[in-house]
Amino acid sequence: MNAAVLQPVQETLAQKIQVKNLNFYYGGFHALKDINLEIPERKVTAFIGPSGCGKSTLLRTFNRMYALYPKQEARGEIFIDGEDILSPRQDLNRLRAKVGMVFQKPTPFPMSIHDNIAFGVRLYESLSMREMEERVEWALRKAALWEEVKDKLKQSGTSLSGGQQQRLCIARGIAVKPEVLLLDEPASALDPISTGRIEELMHELKNDYTIVIVTHNMQQAARVSDYTAYMYLGEMVEFGVTDEVFIKPKKKETEDYITGRFG
Amino acid sequence: MSASAAIMGLYTRRLWINRFNLAVSLLTMLIGLFWLGWILLTLFQAGFKSLGPALFYTMTPPPGSNGGLSNAIAGSLIMATVGTLIGTPIGMMAGIYLAEFGSRGWLAPVTRFINDILLSAPSIVVGLFVYEVYVIHTRHFSAWAGTMALALIVIPVVIRTTENMLRLVPDSLREAAAALGAPQWKVITLVTVRAAKAGIITGILLAVARISGETAPLLFTALNNQFWSLDMNQPMANLPVVIFQFAMSPYENWQHLAWAGALLITMAVLVLNILARVFFRNKSPTY
Repeated sequence: MNAAVLQPVQETLAQKIQVKNLNFYYGGFHALKDINLEIPERKVTAFIGPSGCGKSTLLRTFNRMYALYPKQEARGEIFIDGEDILSPRQDLNRLRAKVGMVFQKPTPFPMSIHDNIAFGVRLYESLSMREMEERVEWALRKAALWEEVKDKLKQSGTSLSGGQQQRLCIARGIAVKPEVLLLDEPASALDPISTGRIEELMHELKNDYTIVIVTHNMQQAARVSDYTAYMYLGEMVEFGVTDEVFIKPKKKETEDYITGRFG
Repeated sequence: MSASAAIMGLYTRRLWINRFNLAVSLLTMLIGLFWLGWILLTLFQAGFKSLGPALFYTMTPPPGSNGGLSNAIAGSLIMATVGTLIGTPIGMMAGIYLAEFGSRGWLAPVTRFINDILLSAPSIVVGLFVYEVYVIHTRHFSAWAGTMALALIVIPVVIRTTENMLRLVPDSLREAAAALGAPQWKVITLVTVRAAKAGIITGILLAVARISGETAPLLFTALNNQFWSLDMNQPMANLPVVIFQFAMSPYENWQHLAWAGALLITMAVLVLNILARVFFRNKSPTY
């Protein structure tokens, strides 16, 4: 027998995002403390933890969303594909075209459903009318919204229901074909059916994208993610494969939080 | 038993307090509406009989003969339109600066403070200012001077409404556009200004309504013209100054024309206000 066949197949995980000694400050408030983390490519990574623990803050450093506001500052290093995105030479718009984000509340732009999707695509690609139509349909199909809106693409995006608006925002995010998709509690304002759809969507999307999701819903994290990070008071308490973190956490704090015996 | 009686007593008392307050609010509203109604009624009674087609195609007459207000109507339309066209872009851009870039530095708070002063400055001061810096140097009254004075009144109104309406657009919308990699100028022009469009246009219409009735700034600038003139470098007839002169005159035909002009302006402003409300009632952002 060939010895090589008996070797256990070791899955080698490419790291998409590497965070090294990251500290974050809101003015004088020290919000993230020495975060070190490696987020694998084409997997779903969930950040869990109580409110105010820094999950969203950490997420917003990956596309430097915080840079819109004065007095918010990140120190340390974040590598995406080996490139330090915190370096002052980093072009923010290019970074954000590569690292998409979906927010807690749906934020459709005040324009038609079609234009909501085309808006981001037009920024970095010049497509013909026909190609754009195909792209819009592709994105809406990916976000499981096409069947519901295909006859009303000219209607305003704000006319959709909350769950549809959120799927529109996801479609808008993937239409520009980013490499990383950041989801900041994308389902917290939605009903269970819409939530289920978005979770199914994440399963499908991780074939193409690296997904990082912040969630308050532990079951959701367990259902959708491959890796889970538990954060508390701005520190990374535990990070590992989701099943291990949920079934056999290494740290007592993680176990207390997950089992609801927190505090 | 006594407990439930006490609750009933409390309930009755609140019911009466509620009725009393409602009655007082209604009364104050009626007092306000009463004067407005009276003004409109007087205007209609005095102005309606002079209202006729001749008003629109004959010029302001000498005392004692028949005429209309065509030159004044044309002058008012021209100066209000050009004044709005000049003032609106300046006001909008300044408003965008204050709302979108005004969170850092000292320039924005200072601008906002000065704009508030300009907003509440008496319009006669604006007229005198243009007289001092423009009319004196050109040595004659002109429609350009009147237009400038009106534009100076439009600017602070548009700055204020643009800034306020843009501030109502939630930051989450700006973040969402920026998160797609849009540069800031695209975020502003394609997303935030669009989201605030209805409010900004309403503000512009209200500014138009305001300048179409202003007399004081035109008195020192465009003055008046008894003849048909569309030359922007000449004095130009306009409704407010014609009303002012004709109403003060001893000639009956002039007085009638003044009433007709007053009715015209009031109706135009009323229609403008109603249009602004009807068009944008359901289109304001729903965030």
